[in-house]
Amino acid sequence: MAEKKKTTVKKPESKKPAAKTAKKPAAPVKTETKKMASAPATKPAAAPAPGSTTKQEARIGVFICHCGTNIAGSVDIPTVQEYSKTIPGVAWVDNYQYMCSTPGQGKIDKAIKDHKLTGIVVAACSPRLHEPTFRTATKEGGLNPFRFEMANIREQNSWVHMHDREGATEKAKDAVRIAVAKASLLQDLFPKTVPVEKAAMVVGAGVAGMQAALDLAAAGIKTYLIESQPTIGGRMSQLDKTFPTLDCSQCILTPKMVDVGRSSNIDLMTYSEVDAVEGYIGNFDITIRKKARGVLTPKEAEARGIVGGGCNGCGDCDAVCPVVKPNVFEIGMKPRKAIYIYHPQVVPLIYTIDWDSCIKCGLCVTACGPEKRAIDLEAKDEFIKVKVGTAILATGYDIFPIEKKEEWGYKKYENVITSLEFERLICASGPTGGHLVRPSDGETPKKIAFVLCAGSRDNTGVGKPYCSRFCCMYSLKHAHQIVEKIPGAIPYIFYMDIRSFGKMYEEFYYRIQDEGAKFIRGRVSHIQEDPKTKNLYVSADDTLLDRPVNMEVDLVVLAAAIQPMEDTNRTRKLFGVSCSMDGWLLEAHPKLNPCGTTTAGVFLAGACQGPKDIPDTVASAEGAASAASIPIHTGEVELEPYFASCIEERCAGCGMCVNLCPYSALSLVEKDGRKVMQVTEAKCKGCGTCGGFCPGGAIWMNHFATPQIVAQIDAFLLGGGQ
Amino acid sequence: MSAPPENPMPKREPGQWQPKIQGIICNWCSYAGADLAGGGRIQYPPDIRVVRVMCTGRIDALFVLKAFADGADGVLVSGCHFGDCHYLEGNFKAAKRMFMVKRLMKSIGLDDRRFRMTFVSASEGAKWAKVVTDVVNIVNELGPSPITEFRK
Repeated sequence: MAEKKKTTVKKPESKKPAAKTAKKPAAPVKTETKKMASAPATKPAAAPAPGSTTKQEARIGVFICHCGTNIAGSVDIPTVQEYSKTIPGVAWVDNYQYMCSTPGQGKIDKAIKDHKLTGIVVAACSPRLHEPTFRTATKEGGLNPFRFEMANIREQNSWVHMHDREGATEKAKDAVRIAVAKASLLQDLFPKTVPVEKAAMVVGAGVAGMQAALDLAAAGIKTYLIESQPTIGGRMSQLDKTFPTLDCSQCILTPKMVDVGRSSNIDLMTYSEVDAVEGYIGNFDITIRKKARGVLTPKEAEARGIVGGGCNGCGDCDAVCPVVKPNVFEIGMKPRKAIYIYHPQVVPLIYTIDWDSCIKCGLCVTACGPEKRAIDLEAKDEFIKVKVGTAILATGYDIFPIEKKEEWGYKKYENVITSLEFERLICASGPTGGHLVRPSDGETPKKIAFVLCAGSRDNTGVGKPYCSRFCCMYSLKHAHQIVEKIPGAIPYIFYMDIRSFGKMYEEFYYRIQDEGAKFIRGRVSHIQEDPKTKNLYVSADDTLLDRPVNMEVDLVVLAAAIQPMEDTNRTRKLFGVSCSMDGWLLEAHPKLNPCGTTTAGVFLAGACQGPKDIPDTVASAEGAASAASIPIHTGEVELEPYFASCIEERCAGCGMCVNLCPYSALSLVEKDGRKVMQVTEAKCKGCGTCGGFCPGGAIWMNHFATPQIVAQIDAFLLGGGQ
Repeated sequence: MSAPPENPMPKREPGQWQPKIQGIICNWCSYAGADLAGGGRIQYPPDIRVVRVMCTGRIDALFVLKAFADGADGVLVSGCHFGDCHYLEGNFKAAKRMFMVKRLMKSIGLDDRRFRMTFVSASEGAKWAKVVTDVVNIVNELGPSPITEFRK
């Protein structure tokens, strides 16, 4: 209410210029632009932004890019070039096949020197792609890099108006005119460099997070590794063997887990979550919530004065705990106590209390004994604050709840299981000691059907539209394991396409074919259970033989789709990272910056970004670690100088902006006997929320100043000469 | 580049009135979404001209009114979804202001359908194309801005 009221009060005053121009249709461009231009001219005196050249006449150079035929195919470049010459303030116009190439950038450099340009406009692709490139070129030519403005005539023009050459050309002309209007008013800006904290954070300690943390630690960087589960290892620790080499998953993962636990540069925080994130690249202040574990580590015990105490993983508590619950790690196929470890190879080897099922009987405390005194049934969550320079998100994936696809009867028929359950059943350390059995009767299955693309590549709206990428390969591996372990057993693989795209993957596919697996190309339409035998009837269309199939099998394994972890959305919002339609975290550029995000200093590793198999996950983790270490090793980063500043003679000291600022960057101070607003530049992120409201127009947003934006609007609507 | 598929856009007659639509969109979500529409070659009418700001929070209500005063037939403001703002809450504040603009438009007799605020994320290229097409269709239906007509 207060906001609305304020605006209404001030409206007549601030709306005047707009209303005036509206009634002056004749040649309004020049007057309008000049009127608006007067603001920056008076501005340097008021605000700290340096801009000694603002008073001089604008001499803008316009460069139009063909981008091969990407732009030239839909936009008539010569017409745009001829038109650009007529725009007031334009001193030089040129075009080139690829402006971003060395000769293209050289043209900018040369033109600045030859024609004494004061601003540069490049009409090419999106500023989100090449603004940094052309800023560098502008700087090379001796101009301040912030005197560059980009006209987007590719992503938002030629590519979306491919059949409308006339419309696209008109739009390109307008885009150049709008960009010239802004470029004429741009000022010299100087990025601030800030020091980078020599520490990094990795969120998620699956194979991606562990690899990233190990790489950062090896590069000499203090790394906080945060994991929400009581142990590190992630999904990979649940797998039995890995394709196509058939390495035992534990054998290649556990040494890494031990390395992580041992590294002096890694501060491992399991059973912890990121609670709050403040700050920016180089200086993130992150609050970590250490969930109450109920069991003290030896270090924590020592801090409490219990010398030689703390959990040593002996398991005496486990033995006496009277509460029995399903084991989450074994997907409920094995029991666990209310005080538990995930599996015998956990790192760190510390027990955890499941508070939802603990009855606080105290038997474990007695069993633990007076020397260790590791169990604290009154433990509370702790909050720890750390400061890091960069962060990597490696939050991984979860299994799509495949029971939503009701036609396959998961959770309805006992002998329909998911691939992850299959992994646990076939694993030597699993609930059955590696003997594959039917959940209904414990018999060894002889005929096993694999349903691929279970919930993946599904456009019905129930499943996921994307390919989960590794289901084909692990199902082939499962087929191999069955043939190897159960004499006479036959795997039937119902597939749409077998996608075996990696190194040695296709060869693995041939091998499984030779081993006797049966392949049926067709998606399973439905599964029915024989209520007596609990056998399953699998129905599909064999699209190669063009005939329906109805087959009785002992066990069905669904290669369920994968989806982002449930908590990913909360975490990404804390770090200000976008996500794609499917919820996977969004990279800065799918090809050229696959590890980066739009938040500077935050990187992505592994399957949180989209389905990835283990080799790809590890590769992306190493990429993210390398990217995250760059600012730390450089020691300082440049921040875009889009700060707010106060034009003091216009500031009425109302303080509305102070309340609007989401970063508490603004404050009211006494100056010459009156109150004016003051900006703390280190806190200001340049969103402009204050500037969008200020009733007196007293806030100057660097590079997005009111006169600059109004000049753009005017240039479009008044300057077209139509 | 392969030959473009058949033109999905309605054919424009020569000399037909073309609406002028001012877009003011945020850098992080909607501008990225609009770029994505380009990457996906999702076609939409070319009647919009976009001004990029870092956040919709930067958009002064007067920018919208200025565009209408200058003769825009429609204005589209687009930002991040609520809760997804790169600057935490700029889009909430923008939305509040834009409601005020709508009320103001109604009170001066300007059809408030000419102005729209939408939320398009960085991954919603198709949505951006749809939003622009919608806005263009509505403005086409409403015809030229009465402000331009009045000035004639």
